Amino acid sequence: MHSAKQLTLMSIFLSFLLAIGLWSAAPQQADASDRGPFAITNAQLVTVSNGVVEGGTLVIEDGRITALGTEVDIPAGATVIDAEGKSVYPGMIDSGTRLGVTEVGSISLTQDFNEVGTFNPQMDILTAIHSNSRLIPVNRMAGITTVITEPSGGRISGKAALINLHGYTPSQMHVGDVRLMTLNFPSTGRQGFWDSRSDEEIEREAREAIEEMDKLWDRALQYAEIDSAHAANPDANEAPSYIPKLEAMLPVVRHEMPVMIRVNRAGDIRKALEWIDERGLEHVIFSGLSEGWRVAEELAEAGFPALVGPVVSMPTRQSDRYDRAYENAGLLHDAGVKIALRTGEAANVRNLPFEAGFAAAYGMSKDDALRAVTLAPAEIFGVADELGSLEEGKQASLFIADGDPFEPATEITHLFINGHHVPMESEQTRLYDEFLDRSPGVELHPVD
Amino acid sequence: MFRRHHLYTWAVALVLLFGLHPVQAQTERGDALIQNATVHTVTNGTLENTDILVRDGRIESIGENLSAPGGVRVIDASGKHVMPGIIDAHSHIAISNVNEATRPVTADVGVGDVLNPYDIGIYRALAGGTTTAHVMHGSANAIGGRNQTIKLRYGNLNPEDYRFEGAPPTIKFALGENPMRVHGEGQSIRPRTRMGVEFVIRDAFRQAQEYTAAKEAYANGERTSPPPYSERLEVLADVLAGDIMVHSHSYRADEMLMLMDVIEDFGLTDTFVLQHSIEAFKIAPEIAERGIPVSVFMDWWGFKFEAFNSTAHNAAILIRNGITASIHSDSGDLIRHMYHQAAKSQRYGDLSDDEALALVTINPAIQLGIDDRVGSIEEGKDADLAIFSAHPLSIYAVPQMTLVDGVVRFDRAEDPDDMRLQVNPEGDVQEAYIAEEHDHTHGHGHYGVHDDGIDLFDFLMQP
Repeated sequence: MHSAKQLTLMSIFLSFLLAIGLWSAAPQQADASDRGPFAITNAQLVTVSNGVVEGGTLVIEDGRITALGTEVDIPAGATVIDAEGKSVYPGMIDSGTRLGVTEVGSISLTQDFNEVGTFNPQMDILTAIHSNSRLIPVNRMAGITTVITEPSGGRISGKAALINLHGYTPSQMHVGDVRLMTLNFPSTGRQGFWDSRSDEEIEREAREAIEEMDKLWDRALQYAEIDSAHAANPDANEAPSYIPKLEAMLPVVRHEMPVMIRVNRAGDIRKALEWIDERGLEHVIFSGLSEGWRVAEELAEAGFPALVGPVVSMPTRQSDRYDRAYENAGLLHDAGVKIALRTGEAANVRNLPFEAGFAAAYGMSKDDALRAVTLAPAEIFGVADELGSLEEGKQASLFIADGDPFEPATEITHLFINGHHVPMESEQTRLYDEFLDRSPGVELHPVD
Repeated sequence: MFRRHHLYTWAVALVLLFGLHPVQAQTERGDALIQNATVHTVTNGTLENTDILVRDGRIESIGENLSAPGGVRVIDASGKHVMPGIIDAHSHIAISNVNEATRPVTADVGVGDVLNPYDIGIYRALAGGTTTAHVMHGSANAIGGRNQTIKLRYGNLNPEDYRFEGAPPTIKFALGENPMRVHGEGQSIRPRTRMGVEFVIRDAFRQAQEYTAAKEAYANGERTSPPPYSERLEVLADVLAGDIMVHSHSYRADEMLMLMDVIEDFGLTDTFVLQHSIEAFKIAPEIAERGIPVSVFMDWWGFKFEAFNSTAHNAAILIRNGITASIHSDSGDLIRHMYHQAAKSQRYGDLSDDEALALVTINPAIQLGIDDRVGSIEEGKDADLAIFSAHPLSIYAVPQMTLVDGVVRFDRAEDPDDMRLQVNPEGDVQEAYIAEEHDHTHGHGHYGVHDDGIDLFDFLMQP
């Protein structure tokens, strides 16, 4: 007989197994983390940074690209992948997602991106990244190796992080220690036809929201001053009494951590530019910019880079031309804004190549669209020495495709993330394999 | 004064004659000669360097070197691709309301009564090559309201002009989480479970049978009075008579099996279509055996638990199992690029070009009972056509021109920025709608984008 305590323990254990089973029904990661060496031969190498090499070879050793070109020695013992008729691209980077911090959209307890509070600079999205999320393999199969996963809600949502879509722990996935302080710039105008506030109320609320931000910044600067004084002379100066959100703002006010400002409406973008100027912020990255095309010149003049998207989305105003959202990234690029693309997705980050394709169909060159999902975000996040192009010494985060990766009909045949040869499998491909020709079919009893 | 008064009398008379009745004037039909195109007929292969002659809104002939009678507009489509106008089997554009979420059975209402010709979404869909939409009631109720199939004749101000003449009437059913949440969780009335959903539907059907029997008994003199008139039961009686098709929102395999059984018990298998059907792939043999068509999302998933066990290969699995499958939008955004949604079936499956195009043309036409009129490029069919800059399954294809009944309703070369039909000259300050800010955790898409919603409740409804 089992004691009551044993039964309770057993039931806890069983529920745990059940919960694990729910999230990890299929192998999510590489069975054997195969780090090579590999040699991809006879390939078209689309380097992004240095043109296209036909009939090239690319060598991966210890997780890095160690050689590429037409006259390359294949290291002894390398696994050779013949990519005749295929192309190699640097892994795509999605500059704004919720991958890893949401599982089932309608079940709030599976969502970890929106903490209680208005100012949450101390929240770190990396804490909540679910490395074994079923969403990750489904999405990386499109050739997406790296994403920004971002928090949302409030005025400062917390720190977004750049992660590779392979790894068993958040720190294994984290790339280049990249964190972005996520700030939602306040809406300064009427939000839509349902916004019933008076003009005065709108103006007052906008002013108050900006004043609140200024207050936080001023306090953070003061906190930093005390902190610096203490660091310079611990005996003479006391450390500041610990205030979590001000402590978290230190790298921001010291211009060490970029502020990612999410803003979309033209009027708000203008206000944000003014505020950035007043505060003397040096390290700003814009995110969203749905109406960026309306203020493209001002944005270009300000010179901050932008994570733009989603591309495939509705125009923001009823009176706008039907294809404005498709054109937005291209118009900003033409004006001289450095841009990268973001899907703003979780379940369908896999649409990133199609977002880039739409941007290309509606005005951007294909090369610029490719750059906007590879090298441009790597540069914006300060990891261009690691990611974003096929170059010697960089992380082997890349994929092989049998055609243009933006075309839906193209198949991605191989995927490497930080040197790991990741299987082209997900729960969705497993279901396809099982149910394409289901057995048994309609028989009530399996046929002998 | 007298004259003006006279005019007023005439105006009132005209309104009484036409305005207050759903009298449908003949909608505009056009003539055109489309020259030298690559024509994707969908049902009869792809024809190179081909002309299409359109007369009086219909495709008169398809061939080489056709000539146009004088006055007929000639459209040079050299280097361009023509496909049938796209058909969306599940949409919520062009209506002022979506959900009458007040009780589990609302067969007595219909979205056809709230058509909104001013919805800019109609034009935006046209600009993506879509010409027909099955505009559906929402999914709050096990048996919802009636739907309306429309042609996107944007520019007309009379809602009647949008109805697809002769399209079979349809009604919305909904299984699973939505009716359970709205009624069971929200109101503590059935259904709170999938058992309750089955009961609500069977019970409504039984009530309609009794209603019909009572009417017949009265007609035969076996009753002294007719049953109290019920619009709801009148509509359900028409459903049971096979005069109104059932289009049911569904996610899980078990609930689809349940409804297929109910439908079979009441003899409605021939007037039944499954919608959304995230898990249809799991029971493809059972669906195929009954010959039931299915309309699915291309790649939406994960937005709720019943949409979690999903694969974007759903459409491909259904097609390979011999099912008439379509891809729908259920979105004011996706209805603008259905050609691209169809193209994804070649990434998530191995469908041929024609099979992929059929997902948004002939297959939804079959599901809506309008395949004799639209869904392929054939002589005698309606001239609902979409012209693209490149192969419509290519990511780089840009819709150039869309014709409905031979009338050019979208022309990229002549497209002004503002295509609204109703512009208030005073205070015309359009406020920006940022989809991502409507970031309900219950949503989907770009952090929860739903339709360019009309009222708050509709926003909160899940697909």
